Amino acid sequence: MNTTPDTPKPATMIIDGRELPLEGERNVLEVARKAGIDIPTFCYHSELSVYGACRLCLVEIEGRGVQASCSIVPEPGMQVRTNTKQVRDIRRIALELLLANHDMNCPTCARSATCRLRELSERMGIDEVRYKPVHERQPKDKSSLSLVRDPNKCVLCGDCVRACRELQGVGAIDFAFRGAHSAVLPAFGQNLDTGECVNCGLCASVCPTGALTPRPEMDAVWADLDDPDKVVIAQLAPAVRVGLGEYFGMKPGSITTGQAVAALRAIGFDKVYDTSFTADMTVLEEGEEFLRRFSDGGPLPLFTSCCPAWVKYAEQFHHELLPNLSSCKSPQQMFGAVARKMLPEQMKLEGKELVIVSVMPCTAKKFEAKQDKFIHDGVPEVNHVITTTELGQMLRQCGLQLDTLEPESFDMPLGFKTGAGVLFGVSGGVTEAVLRYAVEKMRGTPLEQVDFKEVRGEAGLREAVITVNGVELRLAIVNGLANVKTVVESIQNGACPYHLVEVMACPGGCVAGAGQPHAPGPEVRRQRARAIYHNDKGLELHKAQENPELARCYREHFGEVGGHAAHDALHTEYQHRRRLHELNLEIIEGQEAEKIPVQVCVGTNCFLNGSQELLRKLTRYVENKNLEDRVHLSATFCMERCGQSPNVRVGDTHLERCTFDAARAALDERLAGIMATVQ
Amino acid sequence: MKQTTTRQFEKICEILDRYERKPAKLIPILQAVQAEYRYLPKEALAYVATALGLSPSSVFGVATFYAHFALTPKGKYVVHVCDGTACHVKNSESLLAAIRKKLALKEGKNTTDDLLFTVETVSCLGACGLAPVMVVNEVVHGMMTPAKCDEVLDKILESEATQ
Repeated sequence: MNTTPDTPKPATMIIDGRELPLEGERNVLEVARKAGIDIPTFCYHSELSVYGACRLCLVEIEGRGVQASCSIVPEPGMQVRTNTKQVRDIRRIALELLLANHDMNCPTCARSATCRLRELSERMGIDEVRYKPVHERQPKDKSSLSLVRDPNKCVLCGDCVRACRELQGVGAIDFAFRGAHSAVLPAFGQNLDTGECVNCGLCASVCPTGALTPRPEMDAVWADLDDPDKVVIAQLAPAVRVGLGEYFGMKPGSITTGQAVAALRAIGFDKVYDTSFTADMTVLEEGEEFLRRFSDGGPLPLFTSCCPAWVKYAEQFHHELLPNLSSCKSPQQMFGAVARKMLPEQMKLEGKELVIVSVMPCTAKKFEAKQDKFIHDGVPEVNHVITTTELGQMLRQCGLQLDTLEPESFDMPLGFKTGAGVLFGVSGGVTEAVLRYAVEKMRGTPLEQVDFKEVRGEAGLREAVITVNGVELRLAIVNGLANVKTVVESIQNGACPYHLVEVMACPGGCVAGAGQPHAPGPEVRRQRARAIYHNDKGLELHKAQENPELARCYREHFGEVGGHAAHDALHTEYQHRRRLHELNLEIIEGQEAEKIPVQVCVGTNCFLNGSQELLRKLTRYVENKNLEDRVHLSATFCMERCGQSPNVRVGDTHLERCTFDAARAALDERLAGIMATVQ
Repeated sequence: MKQTTTRQFEKICEILDRYERKPAKLIPILQAVQAEYRYLPKEALAYVATALGLSPSSVFGVATFYAHFALTPKGKYVVHVCDGTACHVKNSESLLAAIRKKLALKEGKNTTDDLLFTVETVSCLGACGLAPVMVVNEVVHGMMTPAKCDEVLDKILESEATQ
């Protein structure tokens, strides 16, 4: 009995005869799940908008009939039944219809172990499909370096579409066509690699089936491991050590560093190193860059550059931020550069080829490693990138169980790290690691308290202010690229003059990357993040500047932190990147053999800077002068020089910040040239 | 790659200006663009997406969702044969067969190679009293027979030939 009669009784609703309190749940589905009734769903995702498409979460509501529980706001006194015959029948039909058009080659599907469609079919006892397939087989899209899209396995739940748009603010894929022809496609039905996709893989993380999966590289790794003329080494990213255990049924947040090292050696890797070593290195390089910009007046804020999905996003959508991006390579690429410089001598390769394999929680790292700028004279800094899940699978192929392996230590020297380098696995971790360096340097006295708890947390956009020597350092930590928009707006309107902005594409940071074992969800993510902080605590050193092996590495190979040699090997540059490919609006196509190609950029930046008017004027000019046969005029999407918009190309002359007069002058000059040779 | 004439480009700019480049006006913008080209070339869709600040994939999604929008070129004359219930029982199928035969359209093709005609069926034009009905562009022809369809097409072909 309630002994305090003043306290009002909490509002309740009835589900399957049980009275359940209402505590601000968004919908009936959440109330039911809180009570342990796992109503099946495909399209419901707690971090995305409610969609109500899959019709599996149907329930019967007294007085309202059969409703999708994800779309109904709970009301006091509501009476709900989740397991009536009608509900079961409808769910069964919905599943059978999905299965009828699903490419059921389950044994050879990358998601066979974690497929939600397979799991629900089994749960609902579907033993036959009564409907005939109506879809034609579509080809797989293997164009992306990071992801594979198999339209034949799509159940049109739209999770990927909403994740890409709502959490990442990209919108690389969307629904196209309608009814029986509905499909999830990149723009114009093109391949994934030609569009705006930043390779984060969040779509694959939320996909309930095998329609979107990380692109595997295991075969290439096995081939190199089998080759006696190759020495194969591994680098293990921070987040992998807190994710791999889940693949083998361990509790989320289990730290399995030693077993992962042992496992990599067991399957044939010659040496096993830690990406946290070069994460420590990133701390020094980026910390030094930050301090230099801080004292020299900019450009600030400094944006972190560890996350390749964020880097591609910035290159595509925010050319104006590229000077603010740290020039530091990501720890993965730094590792490749350092290993190629140090190991050949140290390991006595005797003419054998050094192969560097990354184990990453990330799909975008696959794309990053294959960028031209990270391949020197045909030799890539990193040869292959496999995900945490791929490593798990390789171990299982060999019959290895992670928990029965005796833990082993990383190889030296590139296996020695401080806690700072481990923190890179979690959102806020890079900021904290850099602060441990920068604040100590600014103060000039050893930092006793190394934890900066004000930068930790889960929100997609967090702010913190740290006061050092009376100076305020204003920080922003972003995860989920959609939040970048807010940050950029508040920087541009002057509301938030940040000094340092950390961006990680995946909500929660690398621990929840698309290469980690499937179905993270906020709670699993929390456990993994906690494990990263525990791992930091369990190490003896917490500041990158105290890493003795790193100090020696600088002494023997790179000289000063931020110095010339370090800059050559450990830093990079960024490029403006076009988002639309193979699209030109042909406006005037001259008929003469000798004609002058004129291209006006109408990508977003040039468009906003008046290229439409410029193009209009040029078009009229060509027409008025009757030059239609001598000119090939087209509008093109992005010349990758967004900082100098509007861009125009006349012949092979590129005109930046072009005006109509400048374009006309260039055109007239070329025309005069042609007329002279023709006569 | 599709040719955009200078006039069409001027027109796209004018349409975008008229709707103040508002993303909420995407559908009327696409309708107006289609009126210019008689379909929606993907280059024009990309240009509209850029101008409105929308992702090209979502513009493509809208353009493919509505049957009204075409992503392949349509003929100068769009012939709609109604196949709603009333027209169907009045043998609209024979109209369609006659038109397709007259225009020598092969199986799976709806547009003539000279881009003069596109033939489509619609499910009710709301003119059931005139069944069976054929509409050429905006002009409604009621109480049709295969022979009368031939006549209508012949007239169009004649007027095209004299131009």
